[in-house]
Amino acid sequence: MSQQDLQAVVSQVRRDIVRMVHAVNSGHPGGSLGCVEFLTTLYFDHMKHEPKAFQMDGKGEDLFFLSNGHISPVMYSILARAGYFNVSELATFRKLNTRLQGHPTTHEGLEGIRIASGSLGQGMSVAIGAAQAKKLNGDDRIVYTLHGDGELQEGQVWEAAMYASAKKVDNLISTVDVNAQQIDGSTDEVLAMGSIQAKFEAFGWHVISVAQGNELDAVKSALIEATAATGHGKPVCILLHTEMGNGVDFMMGTHKWHGVAPNDEQLADALSQNPETLGDY
Amino acid sequence: MKKYTDSGSKDTRSGFGAGLEELGKANENVVALCADLTGSLKMNAFADQNPDRFYQVGIAEANMMGIAAGLTIGGKIPFTGTFANFSTGRVYDQIRQSIAYSGKNVKICASHAGLTLGEDGATHQILEDIGLMKMLPHMVVINPCDYNQTKAATIAIAEYDGPVYLRFGRPKVANFTPADAKFEIGKGDMLTEGTDVTIIATGHLVWEALQAAEALETAGVSAEVIGMATIKPLDEKAILASASKTGCVVTAEEHNRFGGLGESVAQTLVTNNPVPQEFVAVNDSFGESGTPAQLMEKYGLNADAIVAAAQKVIARK
Repeated sequence: MSQQDLQAVVSQVRRDIVRMVHAVNSGHPGGSLGCVEFLTTLYFDHMKHEPKAFQMDGKGEDLFFLSNGHISPVMYSILARAGYFNVSELATFRKLNTRLQGHPTTHEGLEGIRIASGSLGQGMSVAIGAAQAKKLNGDDRIVYTLHGDGELQEGQVWEAAMYASAKKVDNLISTVDVNAQQIDGSTDEVLAMGSIQAKFEAFGWHVISVAQGNELDAVKSALIEATAATGHGKPVCILLHTEMGNGVDFMMGTHKWHGVAPNDEQLADALSQNPETLGDY
Repeated sequence: MKKYTDSGSKDTRSGFGAGLEELGKANENVVALCADLTGSLKMNAFADQNPDRFYQVGIAEANMMGIAAGLTIGGKIPFTGTFANFSTGRVYDQIRQSIAYSGKNVKICASHAGLTLGEDGATHQILEDIGLMKMLPHMVVINPCDYNQTKAATIAIAEYDGPVYLRFGRPKVANFTPADAKFEIGKGDMLTEGTDVTIIATGHLVWEALQAAEALETAGVSAEVIGMATIKPLDEKAILASASKTGCVVTAEEHNRFGGLGESVAQTLVTNNPVPQEFVAVNDSFGESGTPAQLMEKYGLNADAIVAAAQKVIARK
């Protein structure tokens, strides 16, 4: 997809995110906005996948697992805009009887979701299982995950990281959204993790660091580089440095919009910064 | 009454190992995962015969549950193996979110359940696992009674599409059910018919219940024994039919009285046909070190305890 078309998706997805959380006065806009460029590139430019014919087993397709399930607004918008389900369903986000639960789930059969997430730290293990099943099935496609940096404080992530390199799960690309923020403040204030890159390298991963994680070009080259690094005996990690709240100026540079919805005025401000490109839901 | 004989004591975990070995040959989608307890879980035969379908995950049970969930996405039928404590309490949230809520076809196979783990003591003797697992929506919970039934149940759960908790134990116990019986999930086994009291038992306590029924017969009491391997979904029909005949019930299990089989039976009775019930179970306590027989006696989980409970419940009719 052209840069211009990708940028159009980015703008629309940002609108979807702020409108969804505003409508129910709940949800997580900050981390969602920070990952728009990454997920747009992954779903609209990079992965081989079948939005119109969703199958749980995804044979012959690349698979994506969202481990930090609280950024469900961006996930739902991307899935809808990619064609997994009708964009009108975004209006049901977090409402009673919705398939778009507060955190993603398979429970209501939403196309594009293969595992529930929300309780943090579990997605990498699940992705490893899916990746190993692909190997058993002779399926050479790749399994992708996304994690928050604060999520790395969960011990299970490191159980999974140790296993993935020990067992040479080299059809796995795990991306960490390094926005350096979590609910109670910056990651350094809450629980400093030191060098995340050194930690993954010490665990035997091939690590690619992306300084400009909100630049479509940078994301695209990182995904191409990461894909080229698969199949060489090591799992691959992308450290994607992003800005929480990216694209909505008053939500940037702070952790305060982790789980807070904009009011009417703030919504108008946010929308004015991101033109409607593909039609609001 | 119908009498049962021990065809040669065996451990239920070996029944699991034998069932898994058969599945390895019969179903290429069956895969197995173990958290550094392959020998204890008797998974060696499967691992040796199917090295590409066996995943040694090391001492990392949370990761094991997640990997198992992921393997189902590629159409595999994963069997996880570790001790009951590490299969449930340690990984409750992983099971809850990645397996149960996500509706994944994972078979959680748990050995060394209950007091009969013996000398290792309370850190390893989980008595709460049935409760933890049965509370999860749509989780099937099975606690077979002997080697033959554990083997049959292992084979049967591969045919069922959905999460299952299969609980078994460490020590050699009487092997008395038929070797060729097909296991049916959710169906109680009418082992011996009687008219004065219904004894509903699960796991290692089924053999004890049969011993108790023989002792009661000598004392002139006619006991009906139902083996209830599946705790969820519960065979309510069998329970209610028997309770309406005998008018009183004893439940027996190697588990805390809170959250176990007895509690599920009580719910069935009070909502349909309230009759007196007595509970042979651990009374809200942790276990401790000792031989299995010593522990079962100290905590009141043997034939003698079942006889006493039967006499008490009959008096309450």
